[in-house]
Formats: sequence, structure tokens, C-alpha cells
Amino acid sequence: MDKFEVLRSAAVPLPIENIDTDQIIPARFLKATSREGFGENLFRDWRYDSEGSPIEGFALNDSRYAGKILVAGKNFGCGSSREHAAWAIYDAGFKVVISSYFADIFKGNALNNGLLPLVVSDEMLQRLFVQIEKDPKTELIVDLPAQEFYVPLWEERVSFEIDPYKKECLINGYDDIDFLVNQKEAIEAYENNRPWAY
Amino acid sequence: MAKSLFDKIWDAHVVKSIPGGGLDVFYIDKHLIHEVTSPQAFDELEARNLPLYRKEQIVATADHNVPTKNQHLPIEEPLSRMQVDKLTENCQKFGVELYGLGHQHQGIVHVIGPELGITQPGMTIVCGDSHTSTHGAFGAIAFGIGTSQVTQVMASQCLLLSRPKRMRVTVDGELRKGVTAKDVILYIISKLGTGGATGYFVEYAGSAIRSLSMEGRMTVCNMSIEMGARGGMIAPDETTFEYVKGRKFAPKGEEWEKALAYWRTLYSEEGATFEEDLTYFAEDIAPMITYGTNPGMGIALNASIPDNVPVSEKVSFDKSLKYMGFQPGESLLGKEINYVFIGSCTNSRIEDLRTVASFVKGKHKARNVEAIIVPGSKLVEKQAIEEGLDKILAEAGFELREPGCSACLAMNEDKIPAGAYCVSTSNRNFEGRQGPGARTLLASPLVAAITAVEGKIVDITQYLN
Repeated sequence: MDKFEVLRSAAVPLPIENIDTDQIIPARFLKATSREGFGENLFRDWRYDSEGSPIEGFALNDSRYAGKILVAGKNFGCGSSREHAAWAIYDAGFKVVISSYFADIFKGNALNNGLLPLVVSDEMLQRLFVQIEKDPKTELIVDLPAQEFYVPLWEERVSFEIDPYKKECLINGYDDIDFLVNQKEAIEAYENNRPWAY
Repeated sequence: MAKSLFDKIWDAHVVKSIPGGGLDVFYIDKHLIHEVTSPQAFDELEARNLPLYRKEQIVATADHNVPTKNQHLPIEEPLSRMQVDKLTENCQKFGVELYGLGHQHQGIVHVIGPELGITQPGMTIVCGDSHTSTHGAFGAIAFGIGTSQVTQVMASQCLLLSRPKRMRVTVDGELRKGVTAKDVILYIISKLGTGGATGYFVEYAGSAIRSLSMEGRMTVCNMSIEMGARGGMIAPDETTFEYVKGRKFAPKGEEWEKALAYWRTLYSEEGATFEEDLTYFAEDIAPMITYGTNPGMGIALNASIPDNVPVSEKVSFDKSLKYMGFQPGESLLGKEINYVFIGSCTNSRIEDLRTVASFVKGKHKARNVEAIIVPGSKLVEKQAIEEGLDKILAEAGFELREPGCSACLAMNEDKIPAGAYCVSTSNRNFEGRQGPGARTLLASPLVAAITAVEGKIVDITQYLN
């Protein structure tokens, strides 16, 4: 997993609520047995028509928008647990998704893949959409060590929540497997001392 | 302090709590895997040179990709075949029990777990599939995980988790005629919305829930994720024990008695804390159908599509209705339907097939409708044939296929064409879920069966007396 510290980037806006993981990566593209290459089918059916031509007006096809930050409507990533959704977003070059809230499984999957799900208030989210629409080149800064997010153009800095352990993992590029495998002793002790086991 | 069902099971599975944060090393009793979300996990294990820690606690099946016709022949679609072959190869290499294509126990992972007695009260169960919440019907903590977590469980039989908040949803009273478990959960989701239970683990309680069969309880718990919940569960009772008893992997003899004594302690005590505690009344619930592109967009069959959504939700709402080809404020009654799909981990169990068969007996599907029934497992299929349901269905023009996830997510050949309307007993009506451009209306098996016969959406009350 790549390390994450401070990111400065313009953003791509998707002001739609309840974007489910079937839109992020449709099931018919889940047949690969590796983690790579899902980016080209990110938002496939919103991005391309049935002939494979780009659909005009969709943010990822709009030359005004670029950047490593995706800003999306509330309840992003609901539905299927497919981690392919996080892989596809990351593979397409995004490092942060900003929304006013995320579905639980997606949030966990994102964190396990170096993709930061950043929660802002509904009001801040709307302000961001307005600002990006007004000036698509607007730069956003995400400072993970300081747990702050800001738009240099604006005065205030906004702090965001992240579990301290998950933050360490992102900054250092660690994941839960390393951690859990180091807990073998405790796990074995638990297994041997259960009052009831299946 | 009085404990909830959820707390009792969670606490019993904490290996250790990590100081300074809200994370627990959480032990997993059973790990179910399938062909779509496991290959990268096996690869990761190998790349890190890690052994599979507790292979006897894993059960595998092939379900998401498999064709529902001619399962005895090699899979035609090359990518699907490759994924299913990869699962077989991985299971052989790592020594995992596989109920693959052709095996008498093959089927949808959330159908075979319970029917084989793998799923038991008090367990923790995970699978790389969001509908793992199904198993909560037995009083288990069961939830879907991503592939990285599949690797974690393979490597350590544990996950690193923060404890979700607790929500109780009580449904009291007696369900009206024609109102089924599917209607109950579609009603709850329509009230809470598609993200209304995000961050929570839900316990369903109340006399209407207690009155449901195990199949019905599984339908309810199955769709917990559709309102964002981490999982759903129902306290085990005599209905649960009766269902589990005697199944292939259920405890036997003295072990059964021991298990039963423990399982009887699994309920929420009086005064247990729930961060959210909601009550609904069974009498308020009517047969339901969805009109939009998320499962929260549901209405009573004879109600109208809302025309007063808040301004903030209007863009998404309009996008959804445009996709479906519906107008705000209009009724769905009389709308012609092209397909009826009965299947998926939500509604493909023997009880669902019996409901459909008992309605369509002596009737015939409408000419404009293609009606497909996909049983949840080989055992369901076998039982249906033994009961003669296959003949009743065939005479009514319904095609009984072989088991798999099928048109619920259209990873195999079973796709609904663009623009076509499908009344489906599955769990998701997302854009393109049943095939690019497909329009899905979620409903119960009873509503689906009636729709197939009528060829259009009707108020089913005329059939109920």
C-alpha cells in the first residue's frame, strides 16, 4: 500500500446521492482474478454508452475536471461489498473521496487500499460542489497527519475524524494483515480458552 | 448491566481490545467464500507467504457466476469459467471444503449455510458478500466483508473492527393477508432510507417478526444492508432450534443439548441499551413494490410514487425516475411487465417456491412475460422436484433453472434487456443491476407470481379472499 501524507489537488464532482458500488463498478466487470485494471471500467455505465462512446456531461468525461480527489453526494459506496469498487477508484488515480457520509463496508475497503474516505458536513459538501462548478481548477488540500482539510481560497480549515490506528496505517502504508498476523499468540490463547466453541 | 443479544455475541468474540482506539481483534467462527471475492485474497496470502490459518472453518461454493442452464457442461463464458476454475484450484491447494458446480450441496452461499446447519445461533460469520447478514436470522453476528478482510480472516481467523452502534427495529402485531417477510423489510427500508441504518447493527424483534418462519426471517435479515446496516439479527427461539436440529452440520446428541442450553441464553435482556429503538405496526404494512433505483424507494402496491421529495434530494430522485421511465405521483397499477425473476439469496428457498407454485397452480403466465425461477441451491431444487413443484411451474409457463445468483446481479447469462421491466424477488434495484439498462421492481414472491400471471402490476387484494 502506498504511503499517504498531504495531498494537494483539484477535484472531480459527482453531486449524486446514494451512489452504489454497482455504479462504481458493474458486476459484469468483477470477473478478473487480480486487483489491477478496474479503473478503466470505473462508473462504466455512466461514463460510456452501450457502443463504448463517452457520454457527454458525465464528470469523468468532462475536460474541465481532473484531479486525485472525488467529491460525491451522501451515502457514497452503498450496496455490494465488492472491494473492486475501491480498487477501481484508486486505479483511476484517485487518492481521496469526499462525501457527507459513506457506507460502512466501502469505507473499510477504501482504508484497506490507501484510499481516504473523508467525511465533511452536508453544508460543506454543497459548498464544495458550488465552488468546483464555479472554478474547476480549485485546489483542495488534504493533510492527513494534521487531520485537516481546506480550500486555500477559503479562510477556515476543517478537521476530520479518522481512527488513530487507521491513520497510522495510511501514513505508513501498513495494513491490518500485518497487525493481525502478529496477534497469533493472543488468538491461539482465545481459541484454547473459549467456554463455547463451534 | 442488561445486555443486548448483539453485545452478548460480540463480547464472546473479542480476542483483545486495542488500547487507545475503538478497535477489537474480533474472532470469526465461520468464513464462507465464493468465486468472485476470494481469488485476490488467496493470491495475497501466497504473495505474503502466509498459511491458511484455520481451513476447517471455511466453506466454499460457486454461485455468483454460474450458468443456470446445463450446469453439467463446461461453463461457456470464458471469464466466468476461469473464476470458477480458480476457486476449485485454490480450494484444492489450500485444503478448503468446496461445494462446487455439480456437488449436491452447491448453491447460493447464503442459502446453503443455513440449510446445511453450518449457520448456528451465537456464531460470528463473514463472507465477501454484503448479504451475509442473512445468517443473522439465526441469532448470529454475520456481515459482509471486502477482499482485504477475506485475506485477514484467512490469515488469522480475525478482523480488526470497531463495534457498531445498536438499533432495534420492533414490528408488533399480526401481518395482514398477503403481507410477507419481504414486504416487512421493504417497508422498513422505505421508512429508514437506503442509508438510514449506516453504522448500526440491527436486531429485529416483536410479535410479527417472531411469527415468521426461518425462511422469512432470513429474507428480513438479508436486506439489512439495503438500509446501510452492518448486519441484522433475530434472537433464536423454538422456531430456530427446530430448523437447525438434525441438519448435516448441526450438533448431535450430547453436543446438541449443550448447544441448546447456550443458545437459550441468546436474547436481549430487559433494559438493554440500543442507540436507536424503533417500532412499527404490522397492520400498517401492505404488499410492497419499489419504483426507483435504490431499495429505499418502495411503496405499497396500490400507493402512488411520491411527488413531494425535498429539494436537496430532487436531482437524485429525478435521475432515478427517468431511468425507470416513471413520473412523480403516478400509480404503478396497470404497468406492463416483461420479466419476472424469482430467486436470489433473498427469496429462493423452498418456502418461496411453494408460495409461487401454490398461486400459479392451474393458471398460466401472461404472454408478454418471461418468468424465470432459480432455486437457491441443489437441495432446494431437489426438494421442489420431490414435491412436484417443477411440474406445476412448468405447466404455468415458468422456467425452473439450476441454482445460482443468476439475474439478481447478472454476472452470468441471465440478464434483463435494456429498458425492460422486471418484477424481481431479489434485493437490489440499482441501475443496471440486472443488466445494462434493465429496470427492476423489487417485490415478494407472491406479488411476483401474481404479476407474472396478470402480465402487469395489479392490486393483489382481489386474489387474497
